Amino acid sequence: MSEVKDYKWVGKRPVRPDGIDKVTGRANFSADFSLPGMLHGLILRSSYAHARILSMDFSKALAIPGVKAIISGTDMPLVAMEDAVIGGQPPNFRDLSANLLARDKVLYEGHAIAAVAATSLQIARQALDAIDIEFEVLPHVIDVQKAMEPDAPLLHENQFTQGIEPRPKIPSNIASRYEQVLGDTAAGFAAAEVTVSEEFTTQPVHQGYIELHSCTAQVSADGQAQIWCSSQGQFMIRAFCAHLLGMNISQIRVTPMEIGGGFGGKTTVYLEPLALLLAKKSGKPVKMQMSREEVFTSTGPASGSFISMKIGARKDGTITAAEGILCYQAGAFAGSPVRLGCMTAFAPYAIQNVKLIGYDVVVNRPKSAAYRAPGAPMAAFAAESLLDMLAIKLNMDPLELRLKNAAQMGTQAPYGPKFREIGYIETLRAAQQHPHYSAPLGPNQGRGVASGFWFNIGGQSSAAININEDGTAIVTTGNPDIGGSRASMAIMAAEVLGIDFDKVQPVIADTSSTAYSDLTGGSRVTFAVGMAVVEAARSVVAVLKQRAALLWEIPETEVSWSDGQASAVIKGHTSILSLADIAAQSANTGGPIAAQANINAQGAGPGFGTHICDVEVDPETGRVTVLRYTAIQDVGKAIHPAYVEGQLQGGAVQGIGWALNEEYLYDESGKMMNTGFLDYRMPVASDLPMIDTVLVEVANPRHPFGVRGVGEVPIIPPLGAVANAVARATGTRVFNLPISPPRLLAALNKKRGR
Amino acid sequence: MKNHVKAVVNGEPVEFLCEGTDTLLDVLRNELHLTGTKEGCGSGDCGACSVMLNNRLVCSCLVFGSEVSGADIETIEGMSKDGELHPLQQKFLDNAALQCGICTPGFLVAAKALLDRQPNPSESEVRYWLAGNLCRCTGYDKIVQSVLDVAADMTTGERR
Repeated sequence: MSEVKDYKWVGKRPVRPDGIDKVTGRANFSADFSLPGMLHGLILRSSYAHARILSMDFSKALAIPGVKAIISGTDMPLVAMEDAVIGGQPPNFRDLSANLLARDKVLYEGHAIAAVAATSLQIARQALDAIDIEFEVLPHVIDVQKAMEPDAPLLHENQFTQGIEPRPKIPSNIASRYEQVLGDTAAGFAAAEVTVSEEFTTQPVHQGYIELHSCTAQVSADGQAQIWCSSQGQFMIRAFCAHLLGMNISQIRVTPMEIGGGFGGKTTVYLEPLALLLAKKSGKPVKMQMSREEVFTSTGPASGSFISMKIGARKDGTITAAEGILCYQAGAFAGSPVRLGCMTAFAPYAIQNVKLIGYDVVVNRPKSAAYRAPGAPMAAFAAESLLDMLAIKLNMDPLELRLKNAAQMGTQAPYGPKFREIGYIETLRAAQQHPHYSAPLGPNQGRGVASGFWFNIGGQSSAAININEDGTAIVTTGNPDIGGSRASMAIMAAEVLGIDFDKVQPVIADTSSTAYSDLTGGSRVTFAVGMAVVEAARSVVAVLKQRAALLWEIPETEVSWSDGQASAVIKGHTSILSLADIAAQSANTGGPIAAQANINAQGAGPGFGTHICDVEVDPETGRVTVLRYTAIQDVGKAIHPAYVEGQLQGGAVQGIGWALNEEYLYDESGKMMNTGFLDYRMPVASDLPMIDTVLVEVANPRHPFGVRGVGEVPIIPPLGAVANAVARATGTRVFNLPISPPRLLAALNKKRGR
Repeated sequence: MKNHVKAVVNGEPVEFLCEGTDTLLDVLRNELHLTGTKEGCGSGDCGACSVMLNNRLVCSCLVFGSEVSGADIETIEGMSKDGELHPLQQKFLDNAALQCGICTPGFLVAAKALLDRQPNPSESEVRYWLAGNLCRCTGYDKIVQSVLDVAADMTTGERR
């Protein structure tokens, strides 16, 4: 159980153990790895949004000297229908396989068709140009609402909408329908004195990690394979490759390279199975790396959405009902996070009647992938915009309106469970008290607030701690460090062992060198892997006490442990043995001192955040400048507060980009027009002010130090906070993101009658 | 036919062969094995490949390897001298101004270029100077703060 106490390391801000390597250029990211004699692999991608592949001819390409292997969809084993899904969990491996290399149809511009391996990149490029493919171009559909119409071009002839009884007889682009009902919305709206309703759209946005996808693979003559790549989980890479290629898991060893950002986008495979196949076919190691254009056209953005939503309330601000229809673009294959959108939209609020219907819709765009709190930001944009409209209608302070309806311990969440200890109200109070909330505003300026909820997860996690003979410790885990988790693991280990942070060396091991761990995602690592580290450290302490007892020749129960040393009262005198003393004598007391913890962590505490945003709008151009921004979040307990603040700041800015700038632009033929960072406009330093943070700490009682996940919540509130600020600055509300200058200017001009 | 190029990288003479289409970034990473300079876009939009070329801040993905004959090039690998971190490197560590770390070398090279020419920049100057470097993790707050902190340390140091 957690308790408020003075920690020696938890809550401090030591320099991260991998820091020096990352500021000197020594850290090895995916593309920094090479093998002698390796080949270079490249992918041939569709330039059509939707087309049937009539024929493929590789003969000219294979005749080029230096071309060593070419693969296409037929080289991928067909995943049997009954093996498509494991344990009811995504991904669908049949779809994943067809996404990695198209089979008979290409479903979006950028869809991979074939891959080549050659002795140089130049030769590989020549080979791509020499591949002959005959296509039959098909009509395509990009827009989610159009894709739902009965006469829309059909992506999958064998897709029948799931979640509808009886099962539809004609195929559809609607992959599934989800319904979530709490209470009786008809009665709830009957009790309402005011209602607000609106339709919203959001555009797909890319995770935008700066590191390009890259990997190197080799396969030995006996079929043993090795992969070096960055990802959000080396065990995920191993499992996906094995399942897709029909290999045993023990045949594949994945070494995690440093990861240059993921945000959910590196929770799946794109290159690794292809590199394995090419390596196997050529008998040589193969390195592959995407271009930025490929990253945009071929890896998962977050879903775009169309959302229709309505809330009703009494005049005192009590929300009596909420309902809505959420339609999310899945991309070319089913699997948008629309269900998560429905579950999270109204989770911050104690509303007795909520009915949400979600549609997962395929369109001729790249398959969507997880992006930080998948599905939640767009749903929260709609819900939080409506709350702001309600506050204006009722002439209520928007934080007061949220306080009036705020979920707390015991509240029935619309998606199922009753909340335990949560800190949403505390974030609202902190927002009210923050100087930002009372700072003066000038002309054309406005202030918006919005909140967000994310579940956070635990999951399978492992950690090993080895005590070295000099009293230092190695902490081995299996989760890529995407934003400072080595520091958190070392802090927690140092705290429990009672030794200095500098004496703990965290290691992230390859798949053959440590026990399985679920991937880095779901805001789970500091919570769940941290729990494993704490458990392993406690086991080590138990061993150390046992060894001290042996050295003192007293019963173990007489030994106590604190501040990194064993103590016991022996013949009236207090004797002490430090961890280093005990470690030095391990040979005499039974051998090496180590412990391993393997857990399936439960009890991840839900996270809530509230953001305040001030903007200034240029009425002549429609440009929005963010003037002040404050992100407030219940983080449970910040293990390394600087990296927790960093999560809030980074998530907030990704959300600001989503709200103001970022979108995929397509031409008439379904080709993405803005495939570079110049035109796909992510926020840069000069777009932003400092991002202030407030870490509210309502301890999660199910973690030894009170940790809740923090990484995902901060991307949820900004869309609403920015939109609400713009609405209050201009008196004009924009319901379609991004609020780019042309879009806002058009709305302002419409209002001005221009 | 490959081009034979001689240049100076981080104070050391180097020689390499490169194709006409190879960029300075390709040469640094693949020929000279200086992989601290990163590729994020290949189009000069992200700044991850920032290096100093004859004392000018450039994106090495926009320079051909064949162009740097006789040039003086500084990369992230040359930033710490005699085992001592540059104050910017130390401040980035102290302030947790990096999360994943892929953009960090580019930011450090660019920030050093700023402080070398303008030791006492305003927050706006820092933000506009670094606008060519993308970071998707941090929201820039701790990066900008670190540059301002180092500038403040340096100017107080001079006054002493």
